[in-house]
Amino acid sequence: MTIKEQQDRIIEDFEVFGDWMEKYEYIIQLGKDLPLIDPQYKTDDNLIRGCQSKVWLHAELKDGILEFTADSDAVITKGLVSLVIQVLSGHPPKEIAEAEIYFIEAIGLTSHLSPTRSNGLLSMLKQMKLYALAFQAKSMQN
Amino acid sequence: METATAQDILWPEVDLIRNEFPILQQTVNGRPLVYLDNGATTQKPVSVIRSMQEYYTQYNSNVHRGVHTLSQQATAAYEAARHAVAAYIGAHHHEVVFTKGTTDAINLVANGFRKAFLKEGDEIIISAMEHHSNIVPWQLICEEKGAKLKVVPVSDNGELDMDAYRSMLNGRVKLVSVTWVSNTLGTVNPVKEIIALAHEQGIPVMLDAAQAAAHIPIKVHELDVDFLALSGHKLYGPTGIGILYGKESWLEKLPPYQGGGDMIRHVTFEKTTYADVPLKFEAGTPAICEAIGLGAAVAWVNKVGIHKILAYEHQLTDYAVAALRLIDGLRFIGDAKHRSGAISFLVGDTHPSDVGVLLDQQGIAVRTGHHCTQPLCDRFGIPGTVRASLAVYNTTGDIDKLVDGVRKAVTLLG
Ligand SMILES: Cc1ncc(COP(=O)(O)O)c(C=O)c1O
Repeated sequence: MTIKEQQDRIIEDFEVFGDWMEKYEYIIQLGKDLPLIDPQYKTDDNLIRGCQSKVWLHAELKDGILEFTADSDAVITKGLVSLVIQVLSGHPPKEIAEAEIYFIEAIGLTSHLSPTRSNGLLSMLKQMKLYALAFQAKSMQN
Repeated sequence: METATAQDILWPEVDLIRNEFPILQQTVNGRPLVYLDNGATTQKPVSVIRSMQEYYTQYNSNVHRGVHTLSQQATAAYEAARHAVAAYIGAHHHEVVFTKGTTDAINLVANGFRKAFLKEGDEIIISAMEHHSNIVPWQLICEEKGAKLKVVPVSDNGELDMDAYRSMLNGRVKLVSVTWVSNTLGTVNPVKEIIALAHEQGIPVMLDAAQAAAHIPIKVHELDVDFLALSGHKLYGPTGIGILYGKESWLEKLPPYQGGGDMIRHVTFEKTTYADVPLKFEAGTPAICEAIGLGAAVAWVNKVGIHKILAYEHQLTDYAVAALRLIDGLRFIGDAKHRSGAISFLVGDTHPSDVGVLLDQQGIAVRTGHHCTQPLCDRFGIPGTVRASLAVYNTTGDIDKLVDGVRKAVTLLG
């Protein structure tokens, strides 16, 4: 699936939820299900700063495909992180760097993107794009 | 027929108070707003908002400068606000310096001590429950001067270790600067005793009254405190304004903070002489409208009565603590005997930010995180807390909604 298809699928998933409780129940479940980051990558270097809850993000390039793993100490943040990973992980760096992310607004979670929410979603998105750009630049040098 | 609402239990008139706050009449995320983040900032009564609108629509002008009518009106209103705040804290008006807020007031004093008094080997005493704004300014000047920052420890229930404090007072200590009320724990510190003990050894004391000003009657002369800082926006007034109270003798001794207009008596390129206190510390055009708004805020608090506020909030805090205590797995961070305003807690192993997000969905505004007291959170080994902080317009109905909201959040987080 392309990044766009992934986003559209999530938007469709969220359409069935009647109220905020159902929505957050789902996000919390995702948070609990997110495979943990390999403990060796849960380092201060991989910690995203400026978050009320801690978010660790690790990026790895395999055969031209960029894979992200992440973790958070707060379960809602982890659920949101899980959604972003579903969308962005497993694509070539160029596609990630150029992707337009619209699903968060579309599923009514815009408030989590505000810089004041400080749950790190915005910082994480930026960090993922930075990784993508860095890997893209590296592959162009080679 | 209308039935009695929950808030009737403690104080029926609280509904009249609420009606004076336009912002409280709204819904957030489809629910009536329950505003329990008053430790961060309080909402403003309509009289404060109106005073500021009147200033800009009727007599906006610079102060202390013009002979024209509007400027005189603005100056009179600005100085009347100073008198009002001075009376509110039991001070003389010339002992009240307008600042941007508590942080600015603390920095003003720290800067003065750096320039005039602090030497290598000196000590400054703060406590483990200070807000960053009563830590970092002292840390900076101690680093610069080779002085030592000493920290009074906090007990498990969130009270200052007074024995440790006593043993820390000695001839090297230049200043004690502690908070009156902890913004994270809600602890009310024994400030009278803190001041008396320091004075026995000739050491001056600064109080951070940011979290006290809207909740506890302040009498600076009775306390015999040397410096006191507060923020208007936590006292039903606007942002961008606060005060530094200083004993006249101290304000005279303290060198100016910033240079500029308004703070001078006479300027030549060789030498400048300064205006008398407090204007010596008010360089540049001040926050005139905000000062007037703060004056109106103090007038509003006087109208309600700070003793009435103290008594009501005391009951409301007891009610909240008792109600929250019934939630399975909830533990308080800070359970001091004397408390005011803030109630911090954690539930089971849920993360405070998760609880905060789910409360927000229910229209309940609390603060989560470390509340600018990171060393204190480290002391308790926690990433932060969920903090509900009260104001006079809160009701037992608000508390009931908070308790329901926390229960719902915890169930969801299961
Ligand atoms: C105890 C305490 N001190 C100082 C401050 C800083 O106040 P301001 O940001 O208004 O300068 C606060 C504000 O949160 C506080 O709670």
